[in-house]
Amino acid sequence: MSALSSELDHNLVLENVQGVKQFLTFIMAEEEYGVDILTVQEIRSWEEITAIPNAPDYVKGVINLRGTIVPILDLRLRFGLPYIEYGGLTVVIVVKVECAQQSKIMGMAVDAVSDVYSIMEQDAKMVPSFTESDNSEFVAGLVNVGEKMVALLDLKKAMDI
Amino acid sequence: MSIDLSQFFEVFFEESFEGLDAMEAELLNLVPGEEDSETINTIFRAAHSIKGGSGTFGFDSVAEFTHVLETLLDEVREGKRTLTTELVNLLLKSVDCLRALLSALQAEQALDLSESIELRKQFEKILALDDTPSTQANTITDTVVEVNTYQIDFKPHHHLFKTGNEPLYMISELAELGDLEIVAFHSEVPDITDLSADDCFLSWRFFLNTDKPEQAISEIFEWVEDDADITIALCGGLFSDDEQPKQSKEAQTIESSKVNTSVSKNTAPEVKAAINAKVSAPATAVESTSIRVGIDKVDSLINMVGELVITQAMLSQLGEQEITEATLASLQEGLAQLAHNTRDLQENVMRIRMLPISFVFSRFPRLVRDISQKLNKQVELKLIGEQTELDKTVMEKISDPMVHLVRNSLDHGLETVEQRIASGKDPVGIVTLNAFHQGGNIVIEIMDDGQGLNTQKIKQKAITNRLINETDELSDNEINELIFMPGFSTADEVSDLSGRGVGMDVVRRNIQSLNGSVEVTSASGVGSTFTIRLPLTLAILDGQLVRVAKHTYIIPLISIVESLQIDITKVSRVGKDLDVLRLRDEYIPILRLYQIFNHQDAIETLDKTLLVVVESDNQKIGLLVDDLLSQQQVVIKSLEANYQKVDGVSGATILGDGRVSLIVDISGLIKLSGLRKPGSQELIVESQANLEAS
Amino acid sequence: MKRILAVDDSASMRQMVGFTLKKAGFDVTEAKDGSEALNIAKQQGFDAVISDINMPVMDGITLIRELRNLPNYKFTPLLMLTTESGMDKKVEGKAAGATGWIVKPFNPDQLLAVLKKVIR
Repeated sequence: MSALSSELDHNLVLENVQGVKQFLTFIMAEEEYGVDILTVQEIRSWEEITAIPNAPDYVKGVINLRGTIVPILDLRLRFGLPYIEYGGLTVVIVVKVECAQQSKIMGMAVDAVSDVYSIMEQDAKMVPSFTESDNSEFVAGLVNVGEKMVALLDLKKAMDI
Repeated sequence: MSIDLSQFFEVFFEESFEGLDAMEAELLNLVPGEEDSETINTIFRAAHSIKGGSGTFGFDSVAEFTHVLETLLDEVREGKRTLTTELVNLLLKSVDCLRALLSALQAEQALDLSESIELRKQFEKILALDDTPSTQANTITDTVVEVNTYQIDFKPHHHLFKTGNEPLYMISELAELGDLEIVAFHSEVPDITDLSADDCFLSWRFFLNTDKPEQAISEIFEWVEDDADITIALCGGLFSDDEQPKQSKEAQTIESSKVNTSVSKNTAPEVKAAINAKVSAPATAVESTSIRVGIDKVDSLINMVGELVITQAMLSQLGEQEITEATLASLQEGLAQLAHNTRDLQENVMRIRMLPISFVFSRFPRLVRDISQKLNKQVELKLIGEQTELDKTVMEKISDPMVHLVRNSLDHGLETVEQRIASGKDPVGIVTLNAFHQGGNIVIEIMDDGQGLNTQKIKQKAITNRLINETDELSDNEINELIFMPGFSTADEVSDLSGRGVGMDVVRRNIQSLNGSVEVTSASGVGSTFTIRLPLTLAILDGQLVRVAKHTYIIPLISIVESLQIDITKVSRVGKDLDVLRLRDEYIPILRLYQIFNHQDAIETLDKTLLVVVESDNQKIGLLVDDLLSQQQVVIKSLEANYQKVDGVSGATILGDGRVSLIVDISGLIKLSGLRKPGSQELIVESQANLEAS
Repeated sequence: MKRILAVDDSASMRQMVGFTLKKAGFDVTEAKDGSEALNIAKQQGFDAVISDINMPVMDGITLIRELRNLPNYKFTPLLMLTTESGMDKKVEGKAAGATGWIVKPFNPDQLLAVLKKVIR
């Protein structure tokens, strides 16, 4: 717990410093991923969803977000990770993705949300090209936060369906 | 005072376009030589208003052009000139030209003046005018400043006050021009007993020492020239000479700066437009983003919102009370009231966007006139049901397909005058546009009394293009349907008007994208009728909710023919996996929605499910569903906004409980099921004869 | 506050005239044709009327003639908006009882300058 609060202090100090971005991180298959907090619209719990016929398996369906129809992706399936039953911790992170000339609101279902980190952009390292992992194409960079490694999501690629 | 005139531009453009539409309509109605004065007046007024507005708002090129137009129309109005067909054609060209100029100005694009200059020359030739500058304001000359003294005698006639003029104000205006000395004469004022308070009995003599020209003085009395005896004469100075130069110099600098500002003000908007044009993209169609709503519609909306507020207040009051049986009853009553209010409000809000179809129809007189002249055919256009209302968004999209169909009727449908006479018909062909409401739809018919579709030719063409086989037995109706197939065109040679490859298939596709349909019926030698059927609005749909496995889908009510329980004895299997139901004289292919949509856990046995028979493009299919739920109006939401197009689904909606439900797209479904060959209108169902034999 | 009735069938002109006059501190009522203006003028008084000539339903000349015959408008300045090509209209208007005219096109400053001749 104390480690976390010192992280938070660290965040406060780094706020508003140039080149510093805040990332919301979430957990999937014991790995931590980060997404630019400015793209995050809201975080919702998992809810009943309307399936879309003949959609790829990672597109779980659409929900009603205050009158707008928003598609929800299962990020595990998108990343080729094994499917698990949704549980109490399963959340949907609703993000705004800038696609060609327009922005789309989409949701991604992940195992659980974790934390918010401030990260210097230049600290992010390129993903080593020899990585065999299926999902390396969706990761923009890797960054170390304390002892942990966080994979920063390339949202545009991950949500490009 | 500085006033930004650009705030009035949008209104000016809007009313100018309306004026041009009115002008065009009247010009088309007009029979040269028989024009009545009200028609001419309407045309004149439109030109006059555009001229006045464009002059005021600094669109000089438009003002100059409309000036010659107005002059000519004025002569017609005064009976000094008669309208000939050539003149009407020229005026119609001017309408187009003005429309283009105004559109360019509105979009702040560079003006192409070549046509307006050309047309203006033609008008001026007719008017036998020299190229005179149209504005007098250009005559600004560098006059040498001179200070003069004028003697002005001003003797108003008795009735001067009754013209609304006030001598006192004129005198103060005179005083602003320079040093003024006034002598008043009151000798004519009668005795108090004879005095009429309405009349003016005073007269004046002024001595004015000024550097302004005599014209400045006469301008002050311009309005009363005929209501008074006025003499203005130069006379010897009353004042000493040495103070004059200084004073006049000041006066002159003020004057010249005034001139400059007014000139730059007048030209500013067009200059700005020209500059902006360099940056902005090439001409794009001006899409109207504003809508005019009748005040009565707004009033009724306000009324309804008022009712809604009252109901809401009542409900929230009830909500604060303890729930007893009595309050429960009134709560239910209140909720019913709320539902009623909401429905009314919804209907009325939708009605705001409803406009009479005359907005689309109005472009056809011109189109028909131009095309028939080009084709050398005589055509009468009949418009019926112009007041039929439909949604503005639908209206904007239906115009092009209609133009295509009308062009087609004129080009291919109607015969030439000689052909018509030869076949004993009236030389004048008739094209009728008819609009009416039917159920929740608007139906638009485009009829001609021409030769009808040439089924032989169509069939031949279809065989050449390998759309059908030579051995195929097709009814006339089926043959006629072929014209809607991609790439189909029967025109012997590609004419200027139709048959440019953009064929009927595009027309049908455009109409289908509006959830509508188009059909053709035709009789040889009698004529053809194209029937377009469209929903009144794109935003709301009457839907039948159905259940497929655990999913709820919505089928547009407009497509549903009937819903029934399947009589298993009448089902035959065709080919590998297609079931066909014999329903009266027809064979209905059965589409299993759960299969097409890939849903698990649906009922698969035919006799335990329901069949919803739907029709699309003249073809019936049966959709297999687990259960029929309620019918309700749904608001259509886009799936594509945040996701993408889904085959077999036209959109989504939100149900009363907040869940999302998808709307079934019938023609998309047929395509998805593979029931239809690509490009073919025919379902792949083995011929009926085969089935009958089995 | 002086009250002015502005009559024009063109909405943009009407708005421009109305806006200019309001900014100059007048109380402005707008009407879209002669007949509407006449009805309004009968119900309330105005210190001046500015009217276009070419209008549907009732033109400006008729409006001026009708107004001038009303007791309340015996001395009221009645101005017409005209174009330079309408010289004979000025004569016709004067005969109907118009006080004067404003030549189109005009800008807001010109309008106010002309108005000063009859209303202060």
